[in-house]
Amino acid sequence: MADANNIIIRVDNLHKHFGAVEALRGVSLDVPRGSVVVIVGPSGSGKSTLLRCINHLEVETAGEVWVDGQRLNEKNKNINEIRAEIGMVFQLFNLFPHLTALQNIVLAQHIVRGRSRAEAVDMAMQQLHRVGISEKADVFPGQLSGGQQQRVAIARALAMNPKIMLFDEPTSALDPEMIKEVLDVMLDLAKEGMTMVVVTHEMGFARAAADRVIFMDQGLIVEENTPDGLFNQPREKRTKLFLSQILKQ
Amino acid sequence: MSLDPVARTTERGAMSLEQKKDPLTGRLYAVPWWLLAVLGVLVWAWYFVFSEITYKDAFDFIYDGIGLTISTTLSAYAISLVIGLVMGLGRVSRNVVFRNLARFYVEVVRGIPMLVLIFYVAFVATVDFASLFGLAGRDIPMNVRAIIALAITYGAFSAEIFRAGIQSIGHGQMEAARSLGMSYAQAMRYVILPQAIRNVLPALANDFVAMLKDSSLVSVLAVRDITQMARLRAGSTFRFRESYTILAVLYLSMTLILSAGVQLLERRMHGGRK
Repeated sequence: MADANNIIIRVDNLHKHFGAVEALRGVSLDVPRGSVVVIVGPSGSGKSTLLRCINHLEVETAGEVWVDGQRLNEKNKNINEIRAEIGMVFQLFNLFPHLTALQNIVLAQHIVRGRSRAEAVDMAMQQLHRVGISEKADVFPGQLSGGQQQRVAIARALAMNPKIMLFDEPTSALDPEMIKEVLDVMLDLAKEGMTMVVVTHEMGFARAAADRVIFMDQGLIVEENTPDGLFNQPREKRTKLFLSQILKQ
Repeated sequence: MSLDPVARTTERGAMSLEQKKDPLTGRLYAVPWWLLAVLGVLVWAWYFVFSEITYKDAFDFIYDGIGLTISTTLSAYAISLVIGLVMGLGRVSRNVVFRNLARFYVEVVRGIPMLVLIFYVAFVATVDFASLFGLAGRDIPMNVRAIIALAITYGAFSAEIFRAGIQSIGHGQMEAARSLGMSYAQAMRYVILPQAIRNVLPALANDFVAMLKDSSLVSVLAVRDITQMARLRAGSTFRFRESYTILAVLYLSMTLILSAGVQLLERRMHGGRK
């Protein structure tokens, strides 16, 4: 039972259909508190959809998603409270362009967490410092580089003191020279013991930070293992094929 | 200086072609002749107003209506913005009742000629509404009915402007806001609307200019705006030329000033941060 209590995300036989397209066809997954799970797979394999189901940006067609002991479903009145505990980082950053970096981080703390402005600004500066761009606090997103924007987005999510962080291909829209600055922030976060679910193509990050790597294809989990196990001794043919294609690049 | 951005670019394009032939011709080509013509007509008209006694008398009479024209436009516009914002939110709402109600309103209002709608609101809808509160129709002054009629009409236009503005904001913004735990209403209020309204400011300002012109329709309710005053003057003195020239010149002067204001607003926005 102690082990069951330690599971913070439980996905059980999850199906998600978009019209005739079956994005997820029965995915089950347990994420223990404090662990880092990296999801890899070809595009269209359903990895992003799985991630978006975990904070209910997509509503499941069938199956169950439990986060921190609470079932997510459409009638859930406290979905906003649950979401406040789940930070999400998007491929395209999705910063609010009409607000400065600081205001981006302050807004939700203020109106969702109910923190005073001074408290929220304090926390925002702390988080900006952590991601290494405190000097950009009063700059609008349009004047920041992609890497800087993504770091502000991570700071914005962290300022809510989430229990879980979801990353949806956080470096895919970045120029190569900016990928490292974002991955470094994520590595630090993993070392601090944050529960993380990361969809990414960065195999280096997976090796360095992941407790488990999950390979998805065509809406199903094909194989899951430790990074060493999955990358060095893949069992499934599809995994081998995918890895050989990735490594060729 | 040209007021129309489209015209400005074509003039500039044409100018560079002409300049290859002859710099002087090119420069002449670039002059916004239409604007000079408009200003010339206005100067000529205002000269008449202040030099000819028949024009001067007509002007003094008609000018009495300017306060009503402006106050009717301003109040109707303010109300139409509120209606438009609410109905625009309804158009994008996931609530079936709200969404259909908003669509119903927009389609009905846009499907009826403005003049007919003004008659209907003034002589049917407001009277029925008044009787709900035990009032007689005549308890509601005509200029109030005129304001309500204009506001309802333009509310449908601005609802569509707000809808377009909201839909112009990428879906990622709503998702980011919701993923931080904001409710739909909070995300709208703090994230979507500030961006959407900024994007549609020029369109809303253009609607204000259009409403100033359309406010002339309320003269059919015998509300004493400048159009009604011109009709009264023309009817009683048979000085049609003087009355309607002054009326046209008054509207043209106001709309030109407002359009220039809209242009400034647009230019300032494009110069500002993205």
